[in-house]
Amino acid sequence: MVAGGTPALHRKTALLSVGTFVLISIIKIVIALIVLLTAVAYTVWLERKVVGHIQNRWGPTRVGPFGLLQPLADGVKFIFKEDLTPPHVYKPLYIAAPMISLIFALTSIAVIPVGNWVTVGGIHTPLQITDVNMGLLIVLGITSMGVYGVALAGWSSNSKYSLLGSLRASAQMVSYEVSLGLSLIGVLIMAGSFSLRDIVDAQGGAYWHVIPRWNIFQGQIFGFFIYLTAAFAETNRIPFDLPEAETELVAGYHTEYSSMKFAMFFMAEYANMITVACLASLLFLGGWHGPLFGPAWLQAILPLFWFALRIFGFLFVYIWVRGTLPRFRYDQLMAFGWKFLLPLAIANLMITGLIVAWKS
Amino acid sequence: MLHLTIFLIFGAICVAGAVNLLVQRHPINSALSLIVVMASLAVEYLLLGAEFVAAVQVIIYAGAIMVLFVFVIMLLNAGEEERTKGSRVAMIFGIPGMLVGSGLVAWVLLEHSGTHSVAAGALPGPPKTIAWLLFHEFLLPFEVTSVLVLIAIMGAVVLAGHPDSGGPAKKEG
Repeated sequence: MVAGGTPALHRKTALLSVGTFVLISIIKIVIALIVLLTAVAYTVWLERKVVGHIQNRWGPTRVGPFGLLQPLADGVKFIFKEDLTPPHVYKPLYIAAPMISLIFALTSIAVIPVGNWVTVGGIHTPLQITDVNMGLLIVLGITSMGVYGVALAGWSSNSKYSLLGSLRASAQMVSYEVSLGLSLIGVLIMAGSFSLRDIVDAQGGAYWHVIPRWNIFQGQIFGFFIYLTAAFAETNRIPFDLPEAETELVAGYHTEYSSMKFAMFFMAEYANMITVACLASLLFLGGWHGPLFGPAWLQAILPLFWFALRIFGFLFVYIWVRGTLPRFRYDQLMAFGWKFLLPLAIANLMITGLIVAWKS
Repeated sequence: MLHLTIFLIFGAICVAGAVNLLVQRHPINSALSLIVVMASLAVEYLLLGAEFVAAVQVIIYAGAIMVLFVFVIMLLNAGEEERTKGSRVAMIFGIPGMLVGSGLVAWVLLEHSGTHSVAAGALPGPPKTIAWLLFHEFLLPFEVTSVLVLIAIMGAVVLAGHPDSGGPAKKEG
């Protein structure tokens, strides 16, 4: 929340008194956290269900209708599990690592806008915790700090599987961060702003009333696929889940963790997936733009619905890929990242830059 | 008032992190203290209105360079360093010398640097201004720096390469 105190924020909300501002911010933070944590829980449910159906199984069915209460049961189980601390760990960092992971995973939601400005009870406010004009860079900064949680978990566990897992994770995340960042610059050049809200606003409207002006239809299709691939690697998901490769490393960096500490890594991973999905829909898929119709209350809710639908679609692709693809070998992973993805990202950036310069 | 309070809080965190960096005996704790220093410096930049520099400070220093530091410490599995007895000369002359030196630097900066204090947020901070400066006024230094970085990368490749073979080392087995 530190990033919230920028001058831009004060300028934009100067009309509100400090008390109202703090109150609104707290309400927004509470709502965003509840929604995010619920979404995390139900992404786990969705994953188990979808992967189950891909593999001709049912997935969870016992707890509640369609197994819908399964996340609740899982949560209760995690809380009541014994919290083992192995005797050979370096305790301060062993305890801090899952917290670092989860804190940075949850913080990045602070600058992500989910809709337009709304007026509730005479107060005009954006559907976003803080509207800063460095939004995208702040998300990148916060997610790049998240690697410490994984790295320290592996090191402080003092076990070879954990250490190997976290070494792989650090190397992989640093490598793919380069391609990830470069794939986003194409979008930034087209929008001319770092503010996530400005980037979404620039994608409104449609060509000939049919093709929406989303960045993916404006020539950033390669950028989108580079982002997609790099994001899979950043969140340590199949086919890039080398850091927690079960067949080689037991469970990778969280081998020595149990109970809620393990659950925190799990929640961090899913929260990161949701952040990545939010960024993808904001930057490439037009954010909350979509057809608006019906009465006023429906028109107010529809943008939120379109945004949620995009996130759902992105998460579904995540799970689909997990149910379909095998895992890379480590040298393949590094070669792919540096020798294929990075040159492609640079080429995409140069071509976008040339076209934008030629048009202006 | 709010600015001053936040400045003092994060300044204190920054100094505490820097002292902790020196006091800690385990390299990984020192590296983590350095991350705290970097992050609190980023907040100070934010207070000055330099949002871009603050974000880049976190992404580059805290997010990339320090990850490599931690990575190397983990890879080498560096243990706790042993404490030497410490020389008495360093204790007697070193600490007062350091205090006098930093006091002198602070006094020179405050009194004789010739710069006047600038209100918070008055300096150019938006990325467009920075980009304009980089690609117009400071184009030559900027490009020369990039060549310097390229030379450093080439040097690293030469040092890391196998001394016997000219080309890339053949795979064994």
